[in-house]
Amino acid sequence: MSDSKDNKPKPAQPVSQTLPHFSATFDPQTMSQIRRAADTGIYDIRGAGAKRKLPHFDDLLFLGASVSRYPLEGYREKCGTDVVLGTRFAKKPIYLKTPVTIAGMSFGALSGPAKEALGRGASAVGTSTTTGDGGMTPEERGHSSILVYQYLPSRYGMNPDDLRKADAIEVVIGQGAKPGGGGMLLGQKISARVAKMRCLPEGIDQRSACRHPDWTGPDDLEIKIAELREITDWEKPIYVKIGATRPYFDVALAVKSGADVVVLDGMQGGTAATQEVFIEHVGIPILAAIRPAVKALQDLGVYRNGKNSVQLIVSGGIRNGADVAKALALGADAVAIGTAALIALGDNDPRYEEEYQALGSTAGAYDDWHEGRDPAGITTQDPELAKRLDPVKAGRRLSNYLNVMTMEAQVIARACGKSHLHNLEPEDLVALTIEASAMAKVPLAGTTWIPGVTQF
Amino acid sequence: MCGIVGLLVKNQSMRANIGGLMMPMLIGMTERGPDSAGMAVFTAPVAANELKYSLYAPSMEFNWKLLVEEFGSHFTNKPKLSTKGNHAIVITSVASQQVKTWLKQSYPNVHLLSVGHSIDVYKDTGLPADVAARYDLPTLSGTHLVGHTRMATESAITPAHAHPFTAGEDWCLVHNGSLSNAHSLRRKLEHEGITFETDNDTEAACRYLEWRMREGDDLKAALEHGFEDLDGFYTLLMGTKTELALVRDPFACKPAVVAEHDDYVAIASEFRSLAHLPDIKNAHVFEPSPKEMYVWKI
Amino acid sequence: MENITNFDLDTTPLREVNQFLHGDSSKLNGQCVKIQNPNGAHNIAVGLKADVKVAIQGHAGYYAAGMNQLATVVVEGSAGTGVAENMMSGYVHVKGFASNAAGATAQGGLLVIDGDAGLRCGISLKGADIVVGGSVGSFSAFMAQAGNLVILGDAGDALGDSLYEVRIFVRGKVKSLGADCEEKPMDDEAKKILTDLLRKSGHQDVSPDSFKLFGSARTLYNFHVDHAGAY
Repeated sequence: MSDSKDNKPKPAQPVSQTLPHFSATFDPQTMSQIRRAADTGIYDIRGAGAKRKLPHFDDLLFLGASVSRYPLEGYREKCGTDVVLGTRFAKKPIYLKTPVTIAGMSFGALSGPAKEALGRGASAVGTSTTTGDGGMTPEERGHSSILVYQYLPSRYGMNPDDLRKADAIEVVIGQGAKPGGGGMLLGQKISARVAKMRCLPEGIDQRSACRHPDWTGPDDLEIKIAELREITDWEKPIYVKIGATRPYFDVALAVKSGADVVVLDGMQGGTAATQEVFIEHVGIPILAAIRPAVKALQDLGVYRNGKNSVQLIVSGGIRNGADVAKALALGADAVAIGTAALIALGDNDPRYEEEYQALGSTAGAYDDWHEGRDPAGITTQDPELAKRLDPVKAGRRLSNYLNVMTMEAQVIARACGKSHLHNLEPEDLVALTIEASAMAKVPLAGTTWIPGVTQF
Repeated sequence: MCGIVGLLVKNQSMRANIGGLMMPMLIGMTERGPDSAGMAVFTAPVAANELKYSLYAPSMEFNWKLLVEEFGSHFTNKPKLSTKGNHAIVITSVASQQVKTWLKQSYPNVHLLSVGHSIDVYKDTGLPADVAARYDLPTLSGTHLVGHTRMATESAITPAHAHPFTAGEDWCLVHNGSLSNAHSLRRKLEHEGITFETDNDTEAACRYLEWRMREGDDLKAALEHGFEDLDGFYTLLMGTKTELALVRDPFACKPAVVAEHDDYVAIASEFRSLAHLPDIKNAHVFEPSPKEMYVWKI
Repeated sequence: MENITNFDLDTTPLREVNQFLHGDSSKLNGQCVKIQNPNGAHNIAVGLKADVKVAIQGHAGYYAAGMNQLATVVVEGSAGTGVAENMMSGYVHVKGFASNAAGATAQGGLLVIDGDAGLRCGISLKGADIVVGGSVGSFSAFMAQAGNLVILGDAGDALGDSLYEVRIFVRGKVKSLGADCEEKPMDDEAKKILTDLLRKSGHQDVSPDSFKLFGSARTLYNFHVDHAGAY
């Protein structure tokens, strides 16, 4: 055969190729971070909270009423949602119609219209908003029927007149995204007005302190809180906000320092800007923090103990009514939302996809809040961008969302036979994972096992 | 976090009333430390061949007489005893290592608060006024004392966790602040054969300094080493048989005020604890500088 | 005729005294209030907002005259941590020494301390003026943003660390300067401010020429990788 005379090698049988295999350790995201660090020589700064997968409320389920218990009729029977904050020392406690509050976010980090929208949305449903680093704007006071005034390490824009105008004062010690860290606002967002409010040169990169300038430790904090009470004639509830790290000790010390309310922020809680490494590697998930915090309140005899109670607000990754119900079942008196509220206003909306792409991001992943170029006009000080947000419409979106969350929490509470959200309890919950079971101290579903508490 | 007080009485005639002078000082520190309180008082020394032991029992009804009888029959050497409820001071000439071993074996629940020729230690949980009443602190007499009120940070609220902490003989320390490397310090000392009774960060500082001094440092050198090895924040007040010593971290994180008077030297976290001392108007009142050691001798 | 009201903190709770001082400013303006036996009590005369004169007759504790507006508060002894913290306006005078964080974050008004001030004097200062007759401790004017700190004695370590637009005048020695703090030429404007502050604080006999001026080198205003170690 002629072929046999041909000495050319036969075409090789195709050899199977393995698929390109990305390392789980050096995944594309990690490699992009290494390249970015090598290019710039500076750590990555971004906004928002921890993005990694964490044990969370999704890992818990409610045990609805069945034969052993009797549910409430969904649309007729009352299921209370109101909450009173600051009963211990304040002459004028805060009454909220829903236990979902708006977390502290500054004018500076957010645009004027965004702050106004938060105020409008919260006021419409009878809950509170909170100022942030940089002081109180007249617009914010005007549009928020209940306004919590943050007292921060930087004291930017802090003045006694606004302190007296506030409905409550929140002494900020830390936040979940960066416990132990200070604030940061880059030059792009230090507009003339922000600079004036903070008494800073326009356009500089503002770094603010992580420590309060005039007190160190809980023994001094006790005196500081007394000062704030004296200045405001003992009228206003005083909150202490902490990032979740050692919640048992920190909550106990906040109580001993004289707090009326403790705000506990888990690592999913957002920030306007900080180092990525801080956001992802310091602090603990809110799921792991609530039970030790409640235990501290119980041990000190101030947990749901009439007038002598210290209320607990938790935050960090609250997204829907189920999260609210679960947080309350674990022992919180109320929750706070930040990131979710911004999304309700329009943050990361796919309708701006082209513009997010132009910023090197995509709708849903955009976190460069510190750069001030937010297409949604929320995390910006650019007047043109800020104009895009209609505070009335955005406020309406927020109030809709808050109402939905409240109704969702009621749906769950009624199904569990509760006439008030506060009657939810840890025993109404089970966990889907061993991690969540250990952290929330509720049994793994279908068992009586709580790791570290009961025998398997 | 905490309140600290110290008082060294130079006027001989006032020494019988050191407890009474101290009381408003301790009460003034209630808000800084509502969880527990303690006091080390240095008295006239026992005989050179004797040592005294401050002991703490878990119950107010503890049978100290029985303990002393058993001790006496074990060592054929009956000790002297004085008691205040669950607290006792035992004086004996039996060698201290034997005493400690016997106590640990026979009465594992009885806590040894201090050993020395001059030092008595009282400490317990509760508000400072309650602790003071429990142990008749207003009736104390002595040359100098070191007191403390505690707001627990990261360790439990138990009598053992209350300050002062002691190590060795006639040496005690109280602390306001928080150390950030206490656990590693403790592991290092454990490697040296030193045993701990609590997880309190102050105990680590106390045993560290006592260890440095056993290694040959004087107090000043031990504190110099401390500046290198203790991370975190502290105001430390220490008592020895003949002196009080004070040091603050380089940041002067936690407060301290001193009043020097012809009759006494008084130290406290805040002036409100010094305000009621006799003739305070004529005392030299100042704030000690950070990273500087202050020593007052009796 | 000056109207004088006396309070004795041995017998009157602090809360009552402060509430009196928070009363109708039209009635308080021009009044004089004397507070006896302060004995180191905290939060005396905080949150005042009337042109009232307050004399604290002894040693004050933490935050004396905190957040002051308009009032004149004289501490006849020493003052604890954070005297005149976040003052907005008015005049606070400490005749003895002041503890740490004197005048912290103060935005307006004048704080005069005759003796020494502790560490972190004028920390995060936001526009007020502070004149210290004695020396100040370490980390003074840390992150100070605006206003003037005048030190007749010496300054401790890390003076003016990470400062912004504050002016620091020092007559004595400076142990060390903090990051981004540098000596500046004393221009006419600065000299005029100093002269004026020396006069207002009872040091008119002290020559402004004996002071050095320190301010921000402004190298940390925008993050630069070559300064990473200074942050």
